[in-house]
Formats: sequence, structure tokens, C-alpha cells
Amino acid sequence: MKKVLLLVGLLLPALVMANESVRLDHAPIDPNNQASLQRGARTFVNYCLSCHSAAYMRYNRLKDIGLSDAEIKSNLMFAGEKVGDTMIVTMPKRDAKSWFGATPPDLSVQARAYANGPDWLYSYLRGFYRDETRPTGWNNTVYDKVAMPHVLWQLQGEQILKVQKAVDEHGNEVEKHTLVLTKPGALEPAQYDAMVADLVNYLVFMGEPAKGLRLQLGLIVILFLGLLFIVAYYLKKEFWKDIH
Amino acid sequence: MQKYLTGLLGWVDDRFPLTANWKAHLSEYYAPRNFNFWYFFGSLALLVLVLQIVTGIFLTMNYKPDAELAFASVEYIMRDVSWGWLIRYMHSTGASMFFVVVYLHMFRGLIYGSYRNPRELIWLFGVGIFLALMGEAFFGYLLPWGQMSYWGAQVIINLFTSIPFVGPDISLWLRGDYMVSDATLNRFFAFHVIALPLVLLGLVAAHIIALHEVGSNNPDGVEIKKHKDPETGIPLDGIPFHPYYTVKDIVGVSVFLIVFSAIIFFAPEMGGYFLEANNFIPADPLKTPSHIAPVWYFTPYYSILRAVPPIMNSQFPGVAAMGLSVVIFALLPWLDRSPVKSIRYRGPIYKVWLALFVVSFLILGYLGTEPSNVWGVFEPSTLIVGGADRATVVARIFTAVYFLFFILMPWYTSIDKTKPVPERVTG
Repeated sequence: MKKVLLLVGLLLPALVMANESVRLDHAPIDPNNQASLQRGARTFVNYCLSCHSAAYMRYNRLKDIGLSDAEIKSNLMFAGEKVGDTMIVTMPKRDAKSWFGATPPDLSVQARAYANGPDWLYSYLRGFYRDETRPTGWNNTVYDKVAMPHVLWQLQGEQILKVQKAVDEHGNEVEKHTLVLTKPGALEPAQYDAMVADLVNYLVFMGEPAKGLRLQLGLIVILFLGLLFIVAYYLKKEFWKDIH
Repeated sequence: MQKYLTGLLGWVDDRFPLTANWKAHLSEYYAPRNFNFWYFFGSLALLVLVLQIVTGIFLTMNYKPDAELAFASVEYIMRDVSWGWLIRYMHSTGASMFFVVVYLHMFRGLIYGSYRNPRELIWLFGVGIFLALMGEAFFGYLLPWGQMSYWGAQVIINLFTSIPFVGPDISLWLRGDYMVSDATLNRFFAFHVIALPLVLLGLVAAHIIALHEVGSNNPDGVEIKKHKDPETGIPLDGIPFHPYYTVKDIVGVSVFLIVFSAIIFFAPEMGGYFLEANNFIPADPLKTPSHIAPVWYFTPYYSILRAVPPIMNSQFPGVAAMGLSVVIFALLPWLDRSPVKSIRYRGPIYKVWLALFVVSFLILGYLGTEPSNVWGVFEPSTLIVGGADRATVVARIFTAVYFLFFILMPWYTSIDKTKPVPERVTG
């Protein structure tokens, strides 16, 4: 009985947390916008790839978003890798763990790892705020007590979380959370949002590089099967004339 | 040319019953002429089985059954193997579609009484196929080595722990380790790619041989062999399977492939029901996901497991009920006491029970995908159920209905009013 109680006690907060949904902002991304994907790739290699790997993604797969081998080499690769290599990081996992308390996850399929991947990432990357109680000095509205520091703070600036007591339509007291920019960064808020959108666009592409081809092919395949259905239907009708 | 081919066929026929088999199973296998929509799913299940085997062979060429490499090898297939993404999506979608067609095929058996005398053995082989398929799906689900793979396997294997006395040893023996690990992955791979496919193929062969021995049932549930042409001995309501049902099945196949392709190309995750988001995170033995649920095709039974309360601190009653909920299908031929086979001639009581069963199955299936607090809890002041999870109470009610459908069947099928059955098939 004690074990069961312990288990329930351990699982209960997890279940409650799973139910408590964080409101996510819709990610304004367009998988067909190659310029956006290329900007996102640049942000990714400049800011993310120092700690996070994308170990299943090869640099030359970036040709799918309109870059040439030469462009990839000169603009996006800095450590003398070959263009057919995957995006690994040199930071040893053990160091990462001791610096951040957790190994930064591989980002190859990160965009597919949440039920609402793009929106989650878009909200997360814009949801960092100052919190001196955290070891990194940062916290996040989407991922509470996240181990990752706000890598893009010089671009976004510093936000704080304002908690206001309010009364909702049922007359219950609720806490209203709003993020307020206290120190502006190098980018205007709109510019920062656009940059994050490009980055998320890229992460979604990287999650499934074959997706574009998949969607294109799908239409052709279904059209072909539609024709097959018509032929099969009339063939059946012809054969069954002598039965009905 | 013709002469040589006929000569070759004669040469083969002298050594192997090729023409005889072609006739016995296709061109002179007489099937009732009145098959309807529900009769597509047998041949579709066979199609999906072949698709799974062929795509599975190609996946095996690049997949690595190694805890360190498995997740990466799946992504390698998705990115670097030519057409690997298509093969993988065909296989992952095929797993779910296998259950879709098998459930519809089983439902056909239910409504037309296809399990009744003389087809009990066909039904038993079928239940065997269903069990083997569940095993096959369960073992295969571990192979991508994502979080859901890992924790799903952990939960299911732990169920065996609840068996009195021998439970812990059995789960240790199944896992090959004290937790799901590389050893588990390796043996699950072996079960998935060779052991259970062999069992499945054998059972499918037995299922079809038994079917062709007694002949197919039909939507009227009458035996077409009762009325044969006195000269030829061919059932009057029978038509040769080939060409009539082969051309008809091609129509069914093309519709099925349209649905199948729509999922593969436009929604391979199927909103998280076919491929779960959590399974795109590599397995981590130290990080339990907040909500572990099996894939949709297991959720009705999973709901039953959760619905049965522990007795004397043991989860075993739930585990036993879950096992029983699957195996109980095998008893149908002996539970059903109705003088008629087909739902067309059954009375209202059976129809109500069948409807209740279908509703239970669907609701239990839905609840199994959600945490048990999905509908909140009853007010503490509520009579009897105060403070309990609403979803759990609902699951308990429908678990009872699920089992009562079977347990009460001998009674309600024998008192039900039936309509007269025609001598020959209609339509």
C-alpha cells in the first residue's frame, strides 16, 4: 500500500502538470519560403549548434533549401567539417552536463517531439525572462525552470515576468502573467519575433527534410490511385454483368 | 508459344498440383454471390500483411537493434536511405491500418455470425492471428527506441510482475535485464522480425485452408452448399472466387490504398495516434514521461486494465481482466445460442447488446488514450462515487458492459425473437 501511495504521490503532480496547458503562440512559418529557411539555418549554426547537435542532419541536406555546396561551406561551416558530415558538436557531453545540469538535447527531430512542435518552439524561444532564483539567471514561461540560459538575449533584450492579480468572468481570482521588456536588445521586438519564426521554420524543415517531397508526391500518388479505382470499378462492373 | 506453355504447365502439374490448387482456391472456389462491403477486409488484411513483410525486410537492411544506435538508425532511414522515409511511413502506418482492417474484419464476423458452426476453427485461428498481431505490434513498437517505445514496453512488461508468485521472475525473464535495456531490444527485434511473422503466416495459412474447406459465410448466414446444381455439384448461389471476387477486391484495394496513401503522404503521425510526439525523443531510462499511453489499437484493453481496482494490493485482477477481454473472443462460437447467424434475422435484444458492445469498445478505446483524470473528479459529496475520477467510473461501467456482452450471450441469444431465414441468399 505504501508503494502505491508513493507512486500516486509521485505521479500526481506530473498528471496535474500535463493538464495545465500553457498558452502557445501560433508560429507564423512558411515551409515554402526558402529565404526564411536559409536565415533560420544561419541562426541555427550561429547560436544553437555550439551546444546542441543535430547529429542526424547532414550539412549538404541544406541543398534542399536552395543552398549550394560552396555556399554551405563558406557561410555555415566553421570547424573544417566536410559538407557530407552531420551537424555534431565538439562540446563533450560530460562537460555540458556539469555546466548546465543537463545535456543539451540533439535538435534534429526536436520540432516533432511536441504535440504542437512549431508553436511550442516559437513560444519557448520568445518566453525567456529574468529570474535571479535560477542558476543561469533565466527562466521560461513555456518550460518552467529550464536549464538552458537565454542564448539570444543580446538580440531580444531582457524580459521580466509581471504577475498581476485579476478577476475572471466567473469572479475567481486569477494570476495574470505578462512578459515585459525591461532592457531592449539589438533587435526590435518585431524583428526578434521574425528571426525566431525563421529559426523555427528551419527546425521544422530539419525535423523531416523529406516532407516537401512527401507532400508533392502524395498528390500524384492519389491521382494515380484514383485512376486505378475508376478502371477497377468498371472492370468489376463488366465482369459482374452476368451475375446481377 | 501457347503449345510450349501448355506443355510446361503439364510438366509442372505432373510434379506439383499447380492447376489443382489454382482451381481449388481460386477459379473453382465457390463463394456466395451476395458479399457486401464488410467482405473486403479479409483480403485487405492479407494485403497489409504482405506490405508489412516487404517494407519490414527493407527496414531491417538499415535498422540497428542496439540501444545505442537504434534511434539514430531510424532517423538514418528517414533521411539518408533512398526512399527510406516512404518505407518507414508505410510500415508505421501499415501497423495501425492492420488493426483497422482486422477490427472491421472481426466485426463482420460478429454481425453475420461467421464464427458459428461449421466455422469455429476458422474463428479460433483468427483469434490466434489477432493475438499474434498484438504481440507483433507490441514488439515492433519498442524498436524505434523513443521515449514512448521504452516506457510503453516498461509498463506492459511490468504487468506480468503482478502475476502471483512467479510474476517478478517472468518479467525479468521477458526483459532479460532488471529494466528495459539493450538485451530487451535485441530479443524484441528477434521476435518482431522472425518469430511472430512465422507464427502469423502459419496461422493465416490455417485460417484460409479452414475457410476453403467449409466455404465462406455470407450476409444472410445461410449455407450455400445446401442447394447445389444436381449436375455440376456447384452451389446455386456460389460464384467462382476468380474472376468475380478478384476483380471486386481490386476495387476495394484501390479505395484502401487511397486512404492508406493519404495518411502516409499527408498525415503520417495521424495527429499523434500513429506516431507519437514523445517517440521523437530518444529513450531515456531516467526520465519518465508525464503520460504513458499505448498506441490506439491497444487502448480498449488498457482501459479495462486501469478500470479494474486492485484487490488486496495486487494489480493482478486488472491484468487478468485485460487478458480475458482479448481471449474471450475465442468463446463466441459456444456462447452464441441463437438459431440464426446473421444480424439480418436476429431480434432486437441482440442488436441492442451488440450496439452496447461497440459503444463500450469505442469509449474504452478513447479513455485509454487519456490520463484517468481527463474528465476531472466527482464532487466529494456525490453518492458512492464521490471523489473518484469521472473517467475511471465511466470506464468501469463500460468494462462491465464489455464483459456482459459475452457472459450473458447464451441467455439473450436464446430468448431473442428471430425472423425466418430464407432458404437461399438474397440480393
